[in-house]
This record gives sequence, C-alpha cells and structure tokens, in this order.
Amino acid sequence: MKVLVAVKRVVDPSVRVRAKQDGSGVDLANVKMSINPFDEVALEQAVRLKEAGVASEVVAVSIGVREAQETLRTALAMGADRAILLEVLEGQRDIEPLSVAKLLAALVGQEQPRLVLVGKQAIDNDMNATGQMLAGLLGWAQATYASKLELAGDSAVTTQEVDGGLRKVKLKLPAVVSVDLRLNEPRYASLMNIMKAKKKPLDVKSAADFGIDVAPRLTVLKTYEPAGRKAGTKLASVDDLIQKLKSGLEVS
Amino acid sequence: MAVLLIGAVADGQLVLDTTARAAAAARQLGEVTLLIMSPNADTAAAAAAEIDEVSNVLVCEHSSFGHDMAEASAAAIVSLAPNYSHVVGPTTSAAKSILPRVAALLDVMLISDVIRIHDQATFDRPVYAGSAIQTIKSRDLVKVLTVRTSAFQAAGRNGVAEIERVHAVEDPGLSEWIEDNIAVVDRPELTSARIVVSGGRGVGSQDSFSAITRLADSLGAAVGASRAAVDAGYAPNDWQIGQTGKIVAPDVYVAIGISGAIQHLAGMKDSKVIIAINKDEEAPIFQIADYGLVADLFEVVPELTERLNGSR
Repeated sequence: MKVLVAVKRVVDPSVRVRAKQDGSGVDLANVKMSINPFDEVALEQAVRLKEAGVASEVVAVSIGVREAQETLRTALAMGADRAILLEVLEGQRDIEPLSVAKLLAALVGQEQPRLVLVGKQAIDNDMNATGQMLAGLLGWAQATYASKLELAGDSAVTTQEVDGGLRKVKLKLPAVVSVDLRLNEPRYASLMNIMKAKKKPLDVKSAADFGIDVAPRLTVLKTYEPAGRKAGTKLASVDDLIQKLKSGLEVS
Repeated sequence: MAVLLIGAVADGQLVLDTTARAAAAARQLGEVTLLIMSPNADTAAAAAAEIDEVSNVLVCEHSSFGHDMAEASAAAIVSLAPNYSHVVGPTTSAAKSILPRVAALLDVMLISDVIRIHDQATFDRPVYAGSAIQTIKSRDLVKVLTVRTSAFQAAGRNGVAEIERVHAVEDPGLSEWIEDNIAVVDRPELTSARIVVSGGRGVGSQDSFSAITRLADSLGAAVGASRAAVDAGYAPNDWQIGQTGKIVAPDVYVAIGISGAIQHLAGMKDSKVIIAINKDEEAPIFQIADYGLVADLFEVVPELTERLNGSR
C-alpha cells in the first residue's frame, strides 16, 4: 500500500515571530525554517507503517517554493522512499490550503495512494484545513487530530483527540488522516541516512502544469502585533494571592 | 445577508455557552439560522430557539450526527448552503473537522479562528501561535468560517425562534463510529469557565496533579494543562490549553508550574487576570502575569486550597 505524506516548510517553532512595523506582514528575513512539526509526526507514522510491512512505499510531497526541497530532503532522511515538489513561484509563497488541497488531489490522481497523512495544522497560518479539504475534494473518508492509527485490510481505525476526550472511528480506505502530536515521537535522522537521502529521487514538477487556479481567495490587508501584556507585581505570600484572586473575580 | 450557524451539540444536548457566543458573532454578519444536527434533536432545538440573535432553528436528524462524523455532517451542510451568504461554526473539534470539508466542497477558502468581524467579508484571525494578527478580506461568494468563542460575548436567552425540520442527505457511509472515551466531570467547561486553574510540567506527576484539581474545585474552576503536562501523561488531552489545544479567556487564569512557552500563551493570554505560581523566578510566564508568586507549588497550592475551603 502506498502512503503519501504532505509536508510543509515553515518557520521553525523556536523562532519568535514578529509583525513588521508597517503592517505588511511578519518579518521572516534570515529566520530558521523547518519541517512543520505536525507533518513530521505524519511522516514518522508513514515510515513506521513501512517498517511494520503495512506500507509498501512512502512518498513525501511538498507544495512550495524551491527551498522546500530542503524540507523534502529531511523527509527522505527520516525514511521516505522518494519525494515530489510541486514548485510554485516566489510570489505564491503563501499558497492557500484550498489550492494546496487541489494540487494534492491532482497528485493523488497520478500516484494512487491508499492513505494520505498530513499534519493537523501548519504552525505558520494555523489554519487547520488542508487534510479535511483534500478529503472533501477526493470524496474520501477523513480523520482529524489522530493520536492513534491502525490499518487492517480495507480500513483504518483512528483514535482522535476531540473536545472532552478521545473518539475511535473506523474509516474506509482510501482515506486522509490528519495527525496530532501525541501520535508518535519523530526520530532524528542519522548522519548516514542524511547522506543516503541525497541519492534518493526528488522530482520537481511545476505546480502551474496542473492547470489549477491557485489565485488566493483571501487578501491580507494588514498584519499587526496583538496588544501585549506587561509583567505585573510579584506577591509576597499566599495571603496576598488570595486577596488578588478575590479582587480579580469581583472586578469582572 | 443570511447566516447558517452550526450549533454545538454533545450527547444530544446543546452546548449552550459555545453556541450562544457563536450566535452573537454570526449576528454581526446577518440573520442567523441555527442548524442542529443530532440523532434526536428536540431537546437541543428547544434550547437553541431561546438564544437571542437566532431567527430560525433548523433541525436535521440522522443517526450519524451523534458523533460528529465529518463526511455525513459536511454533506448535510453543503446541501443547505445555497441559501446562505455565510456558514459559521464555533471553534469546537467537531466544527474544525467538518467546516474545512464543507468549504472545499463549496470551492471556497476556509477562514478559521476568527476573533473579530469588521464587515461581511473582512475578519481578524491570529497566525503564528498568536504572535501576529492578520486582517483578511475574502473574495469568495460564500464565506465559511469558524469563530473563536472566547473572543465573543454570549448572546442572551430570551429568544423565541421558529423551529423547522429539514431532511438529511444520504450518509456517504465512508466512516463508522466505534466508541467515545469521554470523561464526565462535574466541573465547568474549560472554554466558558470564569476561573481556570492550570498545571504544567512543574507539577511533576499524574498523582500530584490532584493538587491542581483540588484547588480548582475549591474555586469552582475548570482545570487546564500545558502541552508538556499532557504529553507527560499528567493530564488528559482535552485539558490542553494553547496553540493546538483549547483557547480560553476567563476572568481569572491561575498558571501553576507552567513556564510559559509561546504555544501555551497563545491559548490563555486574553484572560482578564493572570496569576502565576512558579518556583523559577525567571520563568517567562511572569512576564505576562498580572500577579506572580515565586514559590514551591507543593507548599503553596495545598495551603491555598485549605484556606479557600476554610473561608467558605
């Protein structure tokens, strides 16, 4: 069974992102970029499925600018068999989840995987949409926030993190599963695997060749910093704390 | 402008506060029709009809709606969508799963986690774990959005909306519910509580997390946790507050043994008053807390609980 994993190149989670003073966006000059942490979990799961003999091939795919090849090399070093970049132009850097889902759907048509794994959200736009949109476009079953995933025959059984607790659902394959952080702990790629990854196939295709309209539906008018909070006062005792607790509840 | 609002239903009951907050947001966009999807919707529909700002309640009953199965729910919403300019849902796990699928089927872009509505097409939403806010304008004909409930005041409950029944479209039969493992707790809902008491990695173990829950109970508070505490198994997943967990904005937020990673702050920094207890004076949480107590939580939390219980 072929598994397709979509990975996105995002700002590293340790970077403190700031809005530019002029409101034109966030300042991303010279910041460290990484694979989206949720996508890393998705990829780890696919590799484990292959190691368990359930998946026959793991294909990592990214939609983005040329530099996203680095992200795909990371995916290959972690254990993906091959990688595909659907390259977009520099001006399409912030390609929207709807367009990403359409491109992925077209690629699914070519590659015919039985399972697509994605991270539940990208930590840059925090939109939480691509997996569900892809499932909708394909008419496939979907699971979101998966913290467990088991494949058996023609179905996948997932445990999902929902409001109030956990929910177990059986999906008919083919399906799209968006994964949560507690599904697994991604491995570090060994130096040997990083070297090997350089020789694994990485196809670069032009996203434009798919003939899909990727013009954004949302225009960003302004980007600004939220109102900040200031450090308050340090309390000396539990007595003080009780007093502040009570006044906090009265004022509001 | 006509808005189709997806009501939050759990276990056959309307999740009132969540739905009332989403209704107040939806009313800013137009006349609100509240959709109740449930296997047996009568109780929830009656409660929904009382929410101010709701003009009509649509009841759609199907066995698959009891567990928020996205494929069937999305199909039902898409079949109703042509009558509306906006499809709106609260930021529940169900709506966050269903509405992106709806948006794709309508060929429109989802707008998630809206915290402010400027006009019919212009919205504010946080990005980068709340480090920045974007004002975005949609050019789609139908706008599909989720609204962050903590950013909107709940509508009142003096309404008398009409209730109408609609038929569900056929369930595509792609997925099947097996079981829920949902804890029933006698505490306020995390996202609507006036007080939230939250524990982090500093709490140290699942056993010692009971110090946090006892303090919460003495205050009538909801219990939250940082991702570190959930990952370590000290607290269940649905208590997680932060960028990828729940977003809360209570009157008082008490952070205990939480260092204050940006991902956690994203979930609680709009609280009115923040109180932090941490033994590390340098913990980043103190940079945003209104009141901080540098102390060993194992000493002060039981003392605090005892004093609060004694003073009642």
